[in-house]
Amino acid sequence: MKELIHYRDLLWFLTVRGIKAKYAQSILGVSWAVIQPLFSTLVFTIIFGNLARIDSNGVPYFLFSLVGLVPWTFFANTLTDSSSSLITNAAMINKVYFPRLVLPLSAIFSKGLDFLIGFVLLIIFLVVYQFTPSAEIILLPWLILVLLMTSLGIGMILSAMAVQYRDVKHAMTFAVQLLMYAAPVVYPTTNVPEQYQWAYALNPMVGVIEGFRAIFLHTISFPYQWVLIGTVISVSLFVFGLFYFRKMERVFADVA
Amino acid sequence: MAQPVISVKGLSKKYRIGQGKKKADTITGSVINVLKSPFTNLARIRNLAKLNDTDDSIFWALRDVSFEVREGEVLGIIGNNGAGKSTLLKLLSQITEPSAGEIKIHGRVAALLEVGTGFHPELTGRENIYMNGTILGMRKREIDKKLEEIVAFSGVAKHLDTPVKFYSSGMRVRLGFSVAAHLEPEILIIDEVLSVGDAEFQKKCLGKMEDVSKNGRTVLFVSHNMNAVQTLCGKCLLLSGGQNVMIDSSDRVINTYLHNIGSNYSWKSESLDKSSDIENIIAVKEIKCSQSSAISLDADFFIDVLVHSMSDKAGLLNINLFFKALGETAFVACSKQELLENGDYLFRFSFPQNLFNNLNYQVDLMVVRMSTSILLLKEVLFLDFIDDGVIGWKGEFPGYVRPQIDTTIQKL
Repeated sequence: MKELIHYRDLLWFLTVRGIKAKYAQSILGVSWAVIQPLFSTLVFTIIFGNLARIDSNGVPYFLFSLVGLVPWTFFANTLTDSSSSLITNAAMINKVYFPRLVLPLSAIFSKGLDFLIGFVLLIIFLVVYQFTPSAEIILLPWLILVLLMTSLGIGMILSAMAVQYRDVKHAMTFAVQLLMYAAPVVYPTTNVPEQYQWAYALNPMVGVIEGFRAIFLHTISFPYQWVLIGTVISVSLFVFGLFYFRKMERVFADVA
Repeated sequence: MAQPVISVKGLSKKYRIGQGKKKADTITGSVINVLKSPFTNLARIRNLAKLNDTDDSIFWALRDVSFEVREGEVLGIIGNNGAGKSTLLKLLSQITEPSAGEIKIHGRVAALLEVGTGFHPELTGRENIYMNGTILGMRKREIDKKLEEIVAFSGVAKHLDTPVKFYSSGMRVRLGFSVAAHLEPEILIIDEVLSVGDAEFQKKCLGKMEDVSKNGRTVLFVSHNMNAVQTLCGKCLLLSGGQNVMIDSSDRVINTYLHNIGSNYSWKSESLDKSSDIENIIAVKEIKCSQSSAISLDADFFIDVLVHSMSDKAGLLNINLFFKALGETAFVACSKQELLENGDYLFRFSFPQNLFNNLNYQVDLMVVRMSTSILLLKEVLFLDFIDDGVIGWKGEFPGYVRPQIDTTIQKL
């Protein structure tokens, strides 16, 4: 941990590098961070909102899915990027000593900008649709913390596993797509039978997404129960991830 | 007496070498193998990091190496390819963990095993200086302070805000070394990084390293460049086959190394002709240079190559020696063709004085049989030439060779 503080400048530069390298030599540049959630939301609105007529707790389906997609896109992107972070930087691992943890961490932090942009986009649409956030907005940092802890926890586990088992890389591309349906992105949690909702909330993203909706769209009252379950899970994931990563770290250079 | 800043005791590192897979000889067998493959793969990959002594697929890259380095010492590490030099550096710089033994290090270590680690092609030179510097353990403030020096040393000032992908490879190397050269660690570990870049830049780097060592910092330096090792290092560690052969004053160690270099068999050999069974035709038994230490430019010397021909079928053979310097082949010495029968043959290559330049030459050996190359042995000899100034002009000559050409001057 002390080392991590010494190397915090490296963490910063890697994060910036991740952002800059991603948008280098592209015409639209950072606008891609707007296009990605916007178009997904449009497609979801047409397919799930208009054609399948999925319940959206009485708010416009467009907003309903956008609020779900902003945290979800962050989560999904961090999973794919952090899980491959050690492999793509294998050359570095083999040649220099530095706390390896900065690699998955920076991969996750570089996605922070996209999240911020998505969030601004969300605010703009909320203003257009004239929604005012509820008083629970003071709990927003809590939700974001849960989101971050989950991303970091799973990111550390997957990145450490991916060094040895390349299967992780292959699995991630489609697992992320499938996982979206295990979270209330395109449908509300109220569609899940009530007796199973607690089990459903074991997915920390359930508390996060429904919390976002409660704050911005007043779909339901703030789901303390789901968020609490999610918090416990995300903290356990984070702690487990950290220990697993530290344990695997020692052999990275030999198997990468 | 200065304290040991590095003390290594009984250091060992083992690696797993690839195991051949069992092949099925029936269709059902191969189908079963395919079905079983996820499980065998799992077992194999899990074992990548687990090593048992009983296993015969274990390779000891280093075995029971012990030594101490005192503060302010410059230690050269030499040895053939595969002697364990790079493994030792990786262990000392904490990139991998030892399988056995212990390392105690007092002070901040900076290891330069590669030039320009972490360079991203899309980022500009300036951004990459920060990137690379922080990877090597510098703080942003440190780099801010030294940015001008770094840029000046690298000589890429004009292109500082150009993405590195548009740099030539030489520029990239220069930039990378410049960053590393401005680290200020207590212990500096350097692998053969100078083999890249042109002669002028190599000189600059060696100069910089001399400065570092003069400032009383501890340096560990791996190189095949015996000249550089001799000038920079007071002490030398000779590794062979993963074991510590000797540690002593550089002169003695280098002498021992150059003397024995031809007599062991750790050459990287490459069989070029896949169709014939080279092992059953010819074996190179010994390669020896008549001069065991650095060769004076005006001395003549010879290289003996002892080969054993296994059968009468060897046929018409000749041996070529490739002399490489500065990363290029300077010239090739070809022997005459000889019809080999069963037995030992000695090929003696005699070299005249005043042919080589004062450089380090790496010698590769190639066996050619009836106009086809059948065997290539890489880096069988390292020759080191010194200019002791007898020729009259002491100084730099560009070029791979430096022959003395007879000239006559006539007034017309």
